[in-house]
Amino acid sequence: MDFEWIRIPHALLTLLIVFLYGLLLGAVIQKIGARAGRRHGIPFYQNYIDLIKNYALRTTITHGFMFYLGPVFRLTGGVGLLLFVPTIYGVAMHENFSFAGDLILALYFVFFGSLGMALGAGESGHPYAAIGVSRGLSQVTAAELPFAIAVFAVALQYQTLSVTDIVAAQQGSVFNWTVFTNPLAVTAAMMSFLGSMMRPPFDVVLAPQEIPIGPPTEYHSAYLALMQSNRAIFPIAKMVIYMNLFFGGAANWPVFFLKVFLLYLFAAFVGVVFPRFRVEQSVRWFLVWGVPVAVAGLFWV
Amino acid sequence: MKDELKPRIVKGPDGIEFEVDPLRDYYCEASPSVHPPVYVKIVEDFFNWARSESLWILGFGTGCGAIEMRPLMTPRFDAYRFGVQWRPTPRQANLLMISGYLSTKTLKRAIRSYEQMQSPKYVVGLGSCTINGGMYWDSYNTIKKLDEYLPVDLYIVGCMPRPEALLQGFEDLKQIIRAGKAEGANQYAEKFEWYKANQKKVIHDWDMPDYNW
Repeated sequence: MDFEWIRIPHALLTLLIVFLYGLLLGAVIQKIGARAGRRHGIPFYQNYIDLIKNYALRTTITHGFMFYLGPVFRLTGGVGLLLFVPTIYGVAMHENFSFAGDLILALYFVFFGSLGMALGAGESGHPYAAIGVSRGLSQVTAAELPFAIAVFAVALQYQTLSVTDIVAAQQGSVFNWTVFTNPLAVTAAMMSFLGSMMRPPFDVVLAPQEIPIGPPTEYHSAYLALMQSNRAIFPIAKMVIYMNLFFGGAANWPVFFLKVFLLYLFAAFVGVVFPRFRVEQSVRWFLVWGVPVAVAGLFWV
Repeated sequence: MKDELKPRIVKGPDGIEFEVDPLRDYYCEASPSVHPPVYVKIVEDFFNWARSESLWILGFGTGCGAIEMRPLMTPRFDAYRFGVQWRPTPRQANLLMISGYLSTKTLKRAIRSYEQMQSPKYVVGLGSCTINGGMYWDSYNTIKKLDEYLPVDLYIVGCMPRPEALLQGFEDLKQIIRAGKAEGANQYAEKFEWYKANQKKVIHDWDMPDYNW
């Protein structure tokens, strides 16, 4: 297989577009949440300014080697997830580095950032960070289970592990989308989606109102800015996977922006309606409601 | 000094005994250093603009003034519109609001929080109590002039100032930051000895290192 070097700048372009859109979308979603609380909320450009400010802070302190690597791992998780699945279906420029087995790699990258974060936050030595990480990992693990089973169902259904092939199989009509051909698997995956978006009711890990704000307690300045960058990229990358697997993918950027926005909006709507779960409640919720639906989706195939 | 801060022998879960000196092991002893603006003027102006438009307040209320900050988060005044947000940890915050009277016991915590914040950082004194003691001018355990203990960038007068006054105060602070005059962190590092002497004069049970970040 010969490698075309032009794919690297193309992938970087995709990354840049997703990054800028992610920052904007984060602020817009926060504004929508604020409107539900009858506030105006932050300006739509606030996330860009926060990022510049955090990079511009003059002092940083470190707690050790893993403390450096935590945010780097986290960002690697987000960027890797984005780079190894096709962002725009059918456009060679934004197909990135997708290959035959990328579905398995994507599943791995979804989890990769959390693990890196666990190591980094552990190194920071702050007890709140350790509490946050243990809460976060247990919740993410529970949330990942329905998603993983749903992905197996989809892979069985289309008899392939390539995201590109799965998208290709859904083209033609809206009713070819997985959401219509296998609604049970998609329902389970959307439950898992809520768990990994860090919006209520599943944001106890990171919520600033909780006394320990979780893993990033000790992170500041450029470390925090790296993690903010990841907060912009990772949800979009995750939604790209969902879009590709369940909602027919996107053939151009406007469709991409719209589908990602609607997916994010779904999480935000659930978030403003329901109060926050404690960790053991959310773990139970995923196991009791998410997993059986996902298994049923497996039998549907 | 408290017992828990004294050096002691600790037995680990694997049976190995080792010595712990909390003041040396749990804190960093390096004193603060001056970080002057290093970029060319146009870049520094741009960064100052970003800093002014993104004020992250440490959620730490010291006195009755803290109650005036809550309406700022809620629909009626909604300070988030102006780039003002609250952070729960001093590491990520860069604006410390001393909201009202400051007892010597709380001063100790305020100093620790301030020193853990990352430079450039700003201090705003809220209400008359931080300027001259206010109605606690003859109290035995509150401090009278805040700027003897921490470098204050801005005072907002009143007893208590209403949320409107706070919003106006944020706008004034933004102008100070944009003009490049909010260098409180460097002032603190330059006059470190003087600040420490003042702090130790009122805090009698000083059981922490001189600079703890």
